[in-house]
Amino acid sequence: MDLHLRHAAPTDDERAAVDALLGPPRSSWDGGERGDLRDAHVAIGGREARQQRHLLLPALQALQARVGWISETGLDYVCTRLDVPPADAWGVATFYALLSTTPRAPRVLHVCDDIACRCTGALELIRAIEDSVGPAHAHGPPGDHVAVDPDGTVWMRSPCLGLCDQAPAALLQESGVSPRERLLGGMTVERAAAVIQRSNAPLPVVQRSSAPPDDSNNHTLSLLKRIGAVDPTDITAYRNSGGFDALRKAIEIGPEAVIREVTDSKLMGRGGAAFPTGRKWDAVSKQAARPHYLICNADESEPGTFKDRVLLDGDPFAIVEAMTIAGFATGCEHGFLYIRGEYPLGAERIQHAIDEARAHDFLGADILGRGIRFDIEIRRGAGAYICGEETAIFNSIEGYRGEPRNKPPFPAQAGLFGLPTVVNNVETLANIPSIVLNGGAAFAAIGTEQSTGTKLFCISGHVARPGVYEVPFGKTLRDLMDLAGGVSTGRPLQTILLGGAAGVFVGPTELDIPLTFEGARAAKATLGSGVIVAFDDSVDMRDILLRIASFFRDESCGQCVPCRVGTVRQEEALCRIASGKALGGVAQEVALLDDVGLAMKDASICGLGQTAYSAIESAIHRVGVFKARA
Amino acid sequence: MGLNVGSDIALANAMAREILFAGLEDKTFISRGTTGFEAYRDAVQPYTLEFAERVTGIPADVIRDAAHQYAKADRAMICWTLGITEHHNAVDNVVALINLSLLTGHVGRYGCGCNPLRGQNNVQGGGDMGALPNKLPGFQDVCIPEEREKFERAWKRDILPTNGWNLSEMMDAMGRREMTALYVIGENPAQSDADMHHVEHLLRELDHLVVQEIFLTKTAQLAHVVFPATATWAEGEGTVTNSERRVQRVRKAVEPPGEARDELWIMSTLAERMGRGWGQPTAEDVWNEVRALSPQLAGMSYARLEELDGLQWPCPDLTHPGTKFLHARLWDEDPAKRGRLAPFSVVEDEGPVERPDDEYPLTLTTGRRLESYNTGVQSGGYLSPLHRGESLDISPEDADRMGLEPGDMVQVTSRRGTLETRAFIDPGLRAGMVFMTLHFPDDVATNVLTINATDPRSGTAEFKACAVRVEPVRRGATRGAHAAEPFAAAGDD
Repeated sequence: MDLHLRHAAPTDDERAAVDALLGPPRSSWDGGERGDLRDAHVAIGGREARQQRHLLLPALQALQARVGWISETGLDYVCTRLDVPPADAWGVATFYALLSTTPRAPRVLHVCDDIACRCTGALELIRAIEDSVGPAHAHGPPGDHVAVDPDGTVWMRSPCLGLCDQAPAALLQESGVSPRERLLGGMTVERAAAVIQRSNAPLPVVQRSSAPPDDSNNHTLSLLKRIGAVDPTDITAYRNSGGFDALRKAIEIGPEAVIREVTDSKLMGRGGAAFPTGRKWDAVSKQAARPHYLICNADESEPGTFKDRVLLDGDPFAIVEAMTIAGFATGCEHGFLYIRGEYPLGAERIQHAIDEARAHDFLGADILGRGIRFDIEIRRGAGAYICGEETAIFNSIEGYRGEPRNKPPFPAQAGLFGLPTVVNNVETLANIPSIVLNGGAAFAAIGTEQSTGTKLFCISGHVARPGVYEVPFGKTLRDLMDLAGGVSTGRPLQTILLGGAAGVFVGPTELDIPLTFEGARAAKATLGSGVIVAFDDSVDMRDILLRIASFFRDESCGQCVPCRVGTVRQEEALCRIASGKALGGVAQEVALLDDVGLAMKDASICGLGQTAYSAIESAIHRVGVFKARA
Repeated sequence: MGLNVGSDIALANAMAREILFAGLEDKTFISRGTTGFEAYRDAVQPYTLEFAERVTGIPADVIRDAAHQYAKADRAMICWTLGITEHHNAVDNVVALINLSLLTGHVGRYGCGCNPLRGQNNVQGGGDMGALPNKLPGFQDVCIPEEREKFERAWKRDILPTNGWNLSEMMDAMGRREMTALYVIGENPAQSDADMHHVEHLLRELDHLVVQEIFLTKTAQLAHVVFPATATWAEGEGTVTNSERRVQRVRKAVEPPGEARDELWIMSTLAERMGRGWGQPTAEDVWNEVRALSPQLAGMSYARLEELDGLQWPCPDLTHPGTKFLHARLWDEDPAKRGRLAPFSVVEDEGPVERPDDEYPLTLTTGRRLESYNTGVQSGGYLSPLHRGESLDISPEDADRMGLEPGDMVQVTSRRGTLETRAFIDPGLRAGMVFMTLHFPDDVATNVLTINATDPRSGTAEFKACAVRVEPVRRGATRGAHAAEPFAAAGDD
């Protein structure tokens, strides 16, 4: 790819897709017809065009959705419109797994082969798909010359799709004039074949209702109270269930008071880092530089995590309300909700909620007639785990490769577009309305001294009732396993992955770990994003560890050496162990893994590299997987 | 704004007229800090938007908009490069822009001013060190007795109280055989100067030519003596001054290759052979001498440059923090503190010396491409996927009219010379304009075409405009296939 535009003519479809997003070009400088004499003496471009850079990813997504892949002519046209060098845009396009820069059939079925789905037969499913419909799609050579079947469907393996409670999961991407995407649960080979071969057989179950499993724990649900009970597409139903009361109260008491309540609530971030939300808000609200930005981080991609999906699908108005309160409190007029590309239903529901809220003056230039200005824009990810990192998300929204930034400066000082930015996880924000309504002290009274409120746990793997569970802080791992009905297979529990791929494996004797921030810390574990994946003793942990290693290798952004090289070396070593070809014996390979893992932990720029060895290390040293089987 | 080449003054004067017409001038600044406003105001009156549109090609509403935006901006800066200065009326072009900044008060304040952007890290440093025909180090004037005499005392030598020659004047003097010896340091005039055939002839006719270089350039190949020198940014010690007048330290990182010698050593040794024993001063010794003789650099000890990551002159003493921007004095409420006021100067539109006509219907402008550097001495040896060799860049309209396909050989002819190269169709050009570079002088000697019309005040030649004729070369009659391969490779990798 070149730094220079090639001025290659886009196809009509490509032009239409990009123009639908950006509007028609204004001159020959940004892709219009040549010939206007004025254009010969007045250039359109420069800073004004480059300020549109944040539309690069949406424009690439528009091409992908319309044409099924991003050709060089399509890319060139986007670059002409946005004044971005093609080599630069190519770097962005190739960053994301859901964007293809090689010709590909218009329908793609992404079949999850990640750890939770493996517990419910994902690998057997994939083998069966290979047998019945043929091998997975392989990237062809770049270029425009490869013919693809315009009605064709291909399938590919995918990392965790966030539908672990309905495993095995798949995502169907259909490009064209009316593109569609659907998450599919409960996949079987028959269903997969029906999708791929486009038979007239009924489509597989589209992602089932988001209702959580029956929670007979008898405490009052707070975060999940509307899930499955209130129509997530009806703003009136939302208002009748207390919706927007918190926003009214927030405006009543003012930004300082809202931040005070949030600080008093001792709410900690639920995305994994557990930073006090009140402190974050306070820091941003006091920054003199303007504007401030709010980002709701809905790029939930940690394998085994699906709690945010349930909130986005099932209670979108609450997220919109919570973001509005957060924006009001911290002096933001513009919020972005960055949702992972694999959540089409969530994006649709949130967009609907935003439109409805705007129509009812809960968003916009004059919220509730009080002269408050705040609006929300959705940005969809495109298949990159790293974009959930709080600074990578800035680069992704700004139209750059989603590579994390060095800190400092911290987001509160210089975040999105270099300005003070609040980044909050979906679940964190979902706590805000009740904190505003009931007061920080009431919230702090729930849970433990250091871990306040309730927490969502995503339980999957070999459990009887996989799903999202809301419990007050203080329950033990055993309590949660009991809630989910225990091991589904009747076999002994081998291990539990706590906190996701960046978390730790704990053994069956550690079920009394209290699932609080301080309890997990004391047990040298982490709650991470609230992941609990249970594995019975039939699972070959070498295979699971290899999948985790391959996940990190694939998702490493490649920016810093420890992670880029380390994740490859880690996978290689595990691969040798798994295939019985350990160099110098398993112990020596483990020593190598420890060494590489330490380098990644010490020297990587961001959390991905720093935790890429965490789960594997715990499986080896805590659970002793190689001792049992090597 | 894509103005017709050489119409910069018409544009600047029309913006000025519009600013005055709309009452957007900075009356406070004009009255406090400037002289000659009335004459300037009257002189720009004929430059209506309509006139400017006719001359520059820029629509009147765009000029008007630019004028208003510039005048109303809280902080605005005018930056330029060689497009302003490589003209026969280069100084007038610059003056026209300075007039605009004076008119709007965008001068002497943080974030404002006029900035010529330099093509090298140390162009400013060359000026600082007195590498100008009329200046001694620290911009002290050779014709002002007290400034000159200070140097005479320090150097124990008389200095001619007359201005020297700039490069173009030197060339003329060589032509008159008034100048018969030349010592060239780090320049390649045999390939970089306008009207190349003529320059090469002059260099060959010299009695003695010394070239101090890091590569054996075309000029060095003509020399009687070549001193292999060091790349100062990596192989030697010293300082450089960048465009914001910041003096920074340069440190030696590697030993120079082969028999290359430190530049200071070459000059000191040369002085010794000529009977002037300087000894072998270090870079810091030389710098301290510069500081002792140049008041505006006096406060910049090596230790301070080190500690503060460079300092911006003027920096008159060791406690001075350096100067972020110049000319703040012009705003002073006390007239006594304003010093010499900034003069408006009347300048008129002249256009390029050579305009397109029936015989030479296209305007050739020359410049640089991103991936190459000047005559290619430093950049030609490196592989870059962007290198595609020299070409004549031409608008789709003109290419279409001549039936040119990308990569076709064309003959380009001006009143001074002719050459062949490949056509490259560039939608960034408008009809009537063609573009070439000077990056590949060994393959395509662009400067055989350019005109040696020089601004006598700056000594720069009008590289930016000359009239040419372009004709397709019949296939099969192609001379030299040097450009074929780069073109083939330019596509995919």
